[in-house]
Amino acid sequence: MSAYDWLPDFLDRLKADNVLLEDDSITALAKVPMLILEAEDWGRAAAQAQAFGLRWMGGWADQLDEAFHVSACLAHQHEVLVLRAMLSLEIPVLPSHTPWYPGADHMERHTQDMYGVLFSDHPDPRRWTRHHAWGENEYPLRSDFPLAGTRPGPMPTDHNYRYLKAQGAGVYEIPVGPVHAGIIEPGHFRFQAVGEQVLNLEIRLGYVHKGIEKIAVGRDAPGLARLAARISGDSTVAHGWAACMAMEQAAAVQVPERASYLRAIMAERERIANHLGDIGAICNDVAFAFAQYQFSRLRESWQRVSQQVFGHRFMMDCVVPGGVASDVDGAGLELLRSGLEPLRAELVELMAILDDNPSLEDRLATTGFLSAAIAAKFGATGYVGKASGQDIDARRDMRYAPYDRLEVVVPTSQNGDVQARMHIRSQEVFASLDLLTQLLRDIPAGEIRSDWRTASEVEGIAVIDGWRGEIMTYVRFDADDRIARFMPRDPSWFTWPALEQLIHDNIVPDFPVCNKSVNGSYSGHDL
Amino acid sequence: MSGWLLALIQLMIFVLGAPFLVIWIKQVKCRLQNRRAPSFAQPYRDLGKLFRKQVVLAENASPLFRMAPYIVFAATVLAALTVPLIAIKLPTAAIADMLVLLGFLAIGRFFMTLAGMDVGTAFGGMGSSREVSLSSLAEPALLMVIFTLAMTAQSTNLSSVMQYLLDVGVVLRPSLLFALLGLMLVAVAETGRVPVDNPATHLELTMVHEAMILEYSGRHLALMEWAAYIKLMIFGVLIVNIFFPWGLATDATLPALAIGFAAMVFKLLVAGVVLAVAETRLAKMRVFRVPEYLNLAFLLALLGALSHIILEVGV
Repeated sequence: MSAYDWLPDFLDRLKADNVLLEDDSITALAKVPMLILEAEDWGRAAAQAQAFGLRWMGGWADQLDEAFHVSACLAHQHEVLVLRAMLSLEIPVLPSHTPWYPGADHMERHTQDMYGVLFSDHPDPRRWTRHHAWGENEYPLRSDFPLAGTRPGPMPTDHNYRYLKAQGAGVYEIPVGPVHAGIIEPGHFRFQAVGEQVLNLEIRLGYVHKGIEKIAVGRDAPGLARLAARISGDSTVAHGWAACMAMEQAAAVQVPERASYLRAIMAERERIANHLGDIGAICNDVAFAFAQYQFSRLRESWQRVSQQVFGHRFMMDCVVPGGVASDVDGAGLELLRSGLEPLRAELVELMAILDDNPSLEDRLATTGFLSAAIAAKFGATGYVGKASGQDIDARRDMRYAPYDRLEVVVPTSQNGDVQARMHIRSQEVFASLDLLTQLLRDIPAGEIRSDWRTASEVEGIAVIDGWRGEIMTYVRFDADDRIARFMPRDPSWFTWPALEQLIHDNIVPDFPVCNKSVNGSYSGHDL
Repeated sequence: MSGWLLALIQLMIFVLGAPFLVIWIKQVKCRLQNRRAPSFAQPYRDLGKLFRKQVVLAENASPLFRMAPYIVFAATVLAALTVPLIAIKLPTAAIADMLVLLGFLAIGRFFMTLAGMDVGTAFGGMGSSREVSLSSLAEPALLMVIFTLAMTAQSTNLSSVMQYLLDVGVVLRPSLLFALLGLMLVAVAETGRVPVDNPATHLELTMVHEAMILEYSGRHLALMEWAAYIKLMIFGVLIVNIFFPWGLATDATLPALAIGFAAMVFKLLVAGVVLAVAETRLAKMRVFRVPEYLNLAFLLALLGALSHIILEVGV
């Protein structure tokens, strides 16, 4: 399979549909081909892409001096393609991708809220990220909007968001959140239910919007890496790596081999820690507290080793542009190695207990079923997608270092229920332990950081597999080597809508365990 | 006169000992889950803290919402009064009727479900609706257990039932075995324990009992919590004193009372261990499984009544 051998066919289809393609339409964004389209062709290109079988991976906008650049990233056969349209600042209107890719819904509304770019045939005109704290004509990501924000006065309440209503005898509404009884992130869940049966669930997010994209503007490369590490605390390595990889792509910086190995070691450790915590939490939501305490214990001792070796329980700020922040000596590697087999042994024992418990199985099996078709439609990746037959994993598919020389096993399942999502996690932990064994065995000696090279007016795009799923990150440097645009696309953008779907036909008291099995990031989504 | 004093002392032990039973179960559970347990004083500290704290009331709370904790607590304490704890033949035995006990518990539940709906939050109403639908299934099962016992002992008076079972001695009767199993299942449902409800959860959408008292704070919450502790103790004492009545004091002498007290403590501790082991082993049931579970309890109780009629009448 030669690289991008499907691209000419796709271009032919676009031409056949009268999508205007000039010779200079096909350029490149770092190493990724990019098609420049006319704004009015934007929707038709999506229709053709969807028919051709391309997967929608994310969309964002950017404001350059004279125009808004709206981009979308798609993938086919593990290869990435970027579409871009340029719009005038006066009339920033273009068709939407949402009719063909439902997963694009939130991201396009985010773009619409942040830039005032109007997606003309978008089925849902409501605000998404930009709650009513901002006025009608304030678009925070436009370059004329001050970096420090505008008025710090009292916020008007967000009361007139029109939720979908269900009507009929015995139908009622349950509002949950954004403030919850447990210590979790804020999000609002609006259930329409009859009896205990959920008719519809609508999720409202944006309560932890921190302006990540705005405060990224003007940072230098190490500054952006620090910011990216704080997008979602549990994915600090993954987001940090994705941001650094995008910047390295843009600046054409080669990462030393040892650094890429260390990054992978940290990413796998992050994956294992989070999966352990999640398995326990899923069980705890059905009052099987035994598992919660056992898995919390495993996770805690695992993170303490991370603290000892990398200096931070979550390994925050360990990934820096060009490499990693600090090296791990032989004793550290030995410590990491020595932790693998004990964890594997404990996990084998614990998973056997979980699998043998009929009361647990009764709760988890068939609960929160997500069909493969819906998972594909919304572009769910990670354990949510893998449990619903989506065989997508950037570590294997995109072959980035150091995974290009490793055997990455990707567990999948067709069951699509809470139990499958839990089992995918445990299987991924075992697979990660195997990867760690290889990584720790083969880690080469050498440098851990390349010198950072100045990068001006270049763009970069990176796709990596974080523990939650595929992360796509886009960066653009301005003429002064500073960040002009940063868009980290967390996998949660696609798993939150999947949660809205998989809760159908379930009962209200099963929502918490369904939610926990998806475990979308609020912070990573709200940005 | 000393009889009344004894009844009063017994009630004090009941009310003050209830938090101890709760923390005992928690201690055993913690041991089973390999973690350190809170101290035995913790539920008392919690209650003390809540009694000292300010009450926060919702703006639209009606007087009923404020009255309910007192009514629930009083009804539960009266229910406890009917249950012989360490001695039978006390003056309170006159009202120690099982149907009266059921009535007191029903009054408590009635006001608790009303209070759950009073403020008008979605969770309170949800909890109340679940509580009522569960209890409409649990009560028939409990009644059937009572009928089985009443047929055996020719009385619905708890004191007489225990006296009868003490007198006839340990005979393995199928009817009592079925009734015991039925009562154990009902007790778990009535007291909101795993696998029917989870008293430790913070997930509002899954709650039953906790959802109804979600809006309570301060002394109101303390009374509601304490009433729940007492209710757990009532069911524990019912199970151990009816089906394992050994050691109950039949006269008011000091040695007999001391033995009665020691026996009661021992039996409740064992019952607590059984509950803790079950709670550790089981995940919470899906809400729609609970009716099946309570139907099983009803069926067992019914089998108890039937086997009494078929096998034991005239023996």
